Parts: sequence; structure tokens; C-alpha cells
Amino acid sequence: MHAIVAECLEKNFDVKAVDCVSFKVKKGSIFALLGPNGAGKTTLTGILTTLIKPDSGYAEVAGFSIGEKMEVRKRIGVVFQEPALDTKLTAKENLEFHAMLYGMKRKEREERIPSALKLVGLEKWENVLVEKFSGGMKRKLEIARAFVHEPEVLFLDEPTLGLDVQTRRNIWDYITSLRDRGVTIFMTTHYIDEAENLCDTVAIMDRGRIVKIGKVDELKKELGEGTVYIELEKADVSKLKSLEGVIDVILSGNVVQINCTNVELLLPKLFKLLDGIKSVKVKNPDLEDVFLKLTGRRFE
Amino acid sequence: MIQVYVLWLREMKRLVRSKSRFFSSLFMPLMFLLFLSSGFSGVKFQGIENYTEYLTPGIAAMAVVFSSTFAGLSVLWDREFGFLKEISVAPVSNTAVVCGRIAGSATTSTLQAMAIVILSIPIGFSTTLYGVLTSFFFVVLMAVTFTGMGLVFASVIKDFHGFGMVMNFVIFPLFFLSGAMFPISKLPSFIRIFAYANPMFYGVSGMRLALISNCLSPAYLLISLFFSVITVLVAARAFERI
Repeated sequence: MHAIVAECLEKNFDVKAVDCVSFKVKKGSIFALLGPNGAGKTTLTGILTTLIKPDSGYAEVAGFSIGEKMEVRKRIGVVFQEPALDTKLTAKENLEFHAMLYGMKRKEREERIPSALKLVGLEKWENVLVEKFSGGMKRKLEIARAFVHEPEVLFLDEPTLGLDVQTRRNIWDYITSLRDRGVTIFMTTHYIDEAENLCDTVAIMDRGRIVKIGKVDELKKELGEGTVYIELEKADVSKLKSLEGVIDVILSGNVVQINCTNVELLLPKLFKLLDGIKSVKVKNPDLEDVFLKLTGRRFE
Repeated sequence: MIQVYVLWLREMKRLVRSKSRFFSSLFMPLMFLLFLSSGFSGVKFQGIENYTEYLTPGIAAMAVVFSSTFAGLSVLWDREFGFLKEISVAPVSNTAVVCGRIAGSATTSTLQAMAIVILSIPIGFSTTLYGVLTSFFFVVLMAVTFTGMGLVFASVIKDFHGFGMVMNFVIFPLFFLSGAMFPISKLPSFIRIFAYANPMFYGVSGMRLALISNCLSPAYLLISLFFSVITVLVAARAFERI
């Protein structure tokens, strides 16, 4: 079963912000849209959360077409990139406001609100005005709020943008624990490590298009088992492609990136073959390499 | 209904937490009232027996109109601070959102009008409880109309600069054309026509009749009701674009 289905969604502003995007998100999984700033991630999130009307295409969220706004809205929770809290209300009041807005009965509210606050570790702060909160606390409160009405699908737009390492790890934990309860998570990020550590499926988005979609491991496997970066005085890569074990050679500036199957055996051959080596770096592949390979550009 | 209630409740909580804002918004109308009524106390206006008596309902209406327009425009703050998104992604109709906001601002405005009427008693204003209660019809209808108008403007203007424009080019002219400070019969006839299209004119006139003569004018009430229904409908449509 799929929690989100998108078929050739398109949205034009001055440029094509979303350009015929299609994908499916499995129920109970974490799906990440990875891409640089301006790739169209926020616009796509806006379309799926019924805030932006697509120019064309079709999408279904939690079993309802995005045209049925109210039905979709009842079943989703959203955490926006910019904070969307009322800072003149306390943490608890923000959640109560939300719960009542979603039509929850008093008994449900009394049950769900304390447990949501507890999930993100803010139970001691429930009666403090949000204006006194730090950025990380606000983000945690927003995640708690988006979950109060028990949505089927949770949308998180850059959930850890600008947060410190400790808070990021906490938020990853909350997201994972929500997934374990059966919630489908759709998130956008431009942090490669976030997509790698957290997500079941990653879609790489660039200039309004999804250029690749798959499990993190699968995407990495396509690149081979390892990567060698060699900085040369004068780049001459003509002879490299014929070496045994070399999958791919990419040149950017004076740095040659070689994707290969067996780094240990290849290195001695490279040293013999190439003159004027200034530095060598060996690395196992990550999503950044995938991005570079797919778009020909470095990830910012 | 619960959604209208919770939006109203939010406005009330914010009001209680920023009491100073409530009192400072009373300051300007009170200055108008004190200085104009004492400054003109010796002046004889044609057709007006007691200027303080004439002016008080007008200034109470002024407080209502200014604060409710402001309340409508305050949706701009919600947009600036992101809170509007929380509301726009919730399963709530635009009409409910608009009604919640109007309910909140109507409550605030009624409190303000009441405060001005009470504070004007020491400077020589007299009315009856019946008069005050009757005038509330007009207070509420004006609050509805001008909150709705504020929401409509908020959907048109994009930033805070537009805010001052609305105050200068819309609200002040409507105030001067309402008969709040002087009878519109003193205005040149080609300007007076605009007064008859001014919802505040009917609100002020209705309040004055209620507070001074203890009577409820059905004509003013119906016209005020008409204006408020129209603006709510327009505001609910306009809100989609905010």
C-alpha cells in the first residue's frame, strides 16, 4: 500500500519549479526528498499538503486526491521550514489550539497532548510562553504538534535546518519512533547525512525534476564499492578508463574522481601510471557522489 | 463551531497577555474625547445642544473602527511570523477562520467601546443601561464590517507599508465622513454623498440615537447588518488569497 502517489506533477512559477514529478511512498516508511536549495522541494511539499495547486498532474495522499483538500488535511501533519507557532501562547496552548482546530474531543486532547510533549522531551516546559524557546525547542514542539492529531502522513520540510548536532540526533530519533508507530514520513532535506542515516527511500531532486529514486544502499551500489580522489598537477585521465576495476572517471578541475570496485588493488596501479600526484583521498561512496554523478555538479 | 471558538479563544488569550496594547489603543480616542470636548465646550454648534454628548458616541465608534480594522490587518503579522500556515493547512474552512477572527475582534471592540462610554461619564456624559446595551448592536456590526474590511485589505497589500496606506487613505477619510465629530450636514453636498455609502456613518448614528435618546433605529440597524454581511462574504473569498 502507498501513502503518497504522485503522477507527473507540474508547477510553474517564473521557472519550472516542479517538472513532471512522479513517485510513490510506501506506507510506514521514511521518504526523503534530497536536493540543493531551490530544487523545488518546498513547492512539491506545498502541492502534496494542499497549499499549492499544481498546474497539472495528479497526486493522492493518505488515499485521497489532493483536490479533496479537507479529507487530505485531516490525515496529514505538517512541519514547515519556517516556524509556525504562536509565540504569545505557551507550548501546551499551542498544542491545544491545534488539537481543537483538528476537532479533537477533550478526552483525546487530555490524553494526546501530554504524551506528545513527552515524546519530544518538552513536558517540563508546557506552561512556558513559546517566545522564550530556543530554535531547537521550537522545532521539537512543532514536531509534537504535527503529531498530536495522529496523522497518517507526516510532512517535514527541512526538519533539522540550522540545528546543532545534539538536537538533530534527537529529532532523528523522534522521526524514527514515529515511523515505528506506523506513520509515513515525507521529508525534504539538503543534508546528505540526514538522508543516509534516517531514510528508507531517497529521491534526488534537482531543478524541479526527480533525477533518481531508490534505497540508499542501492543508489550507492550503482557507484561501485569505492571512490578515489586524486589531485594532479596536470590532469590527464585518458589512460585511466582502461584500468581493471575502474567503473567511472569524473574530472572536476584538477581533481580526478575514480569510482572503482577494488580500491586496494587499484591504488598501486594508479601511482605507477600517473605523474605529479599532489594528494590522494579514498572514500566509500555516499549520496553526494550519487548526486555528482547524476547532475555533474557538486552538492552546493 | 469548535473551530470558530478556538480561534476566538486565541485572540482572547493574546488580548489578556498584552493588556498594555489594549489600554494604549484606548489612549488616542480618549485624547480626542478629552481635548475636543473641553476645547469646544464654549462653542455653540448649530443643532447640537451639548458637544460632549454628541462627541462621545462618535469617539467610541472611532475606537471600534480603528481597532477592528487593525484586527483584520493583523493577519499580516500571522503571515509574517508563519502562524498563518498552521491555520491554512488545518482542515478548517475559510469562512470559519474569518468568523473566528471577527468574533475575537468584536469582543475586543465591545470592551473598548464600553470603556470609553464609562470613562466619559466623569466628563459629563450621561446615558442609561438600556442605551448602552442597544448601542452594542451597532458596536458589534461595525466591528464585523471593519474586521472584514481589514482582512480584505490584508489580502491585497503585501507588507507593512501598505498598512499605513490603509489607515491614511481609507480609515481616516471614513472617520471624517461618519459624523463622529461633526454632523455631516455641514459638509458640501458632493462630499456628503460619500458619507451615505460609509458603513461607519450608520454605526455612529445608530449608537448616538441609542446612547442619547434610548432608541433603536431599525433603518440604521438593517443597513449596518447589510454592510456586515457583505464584508464577511467578501472577506471569506479574499482570505483564500492571503
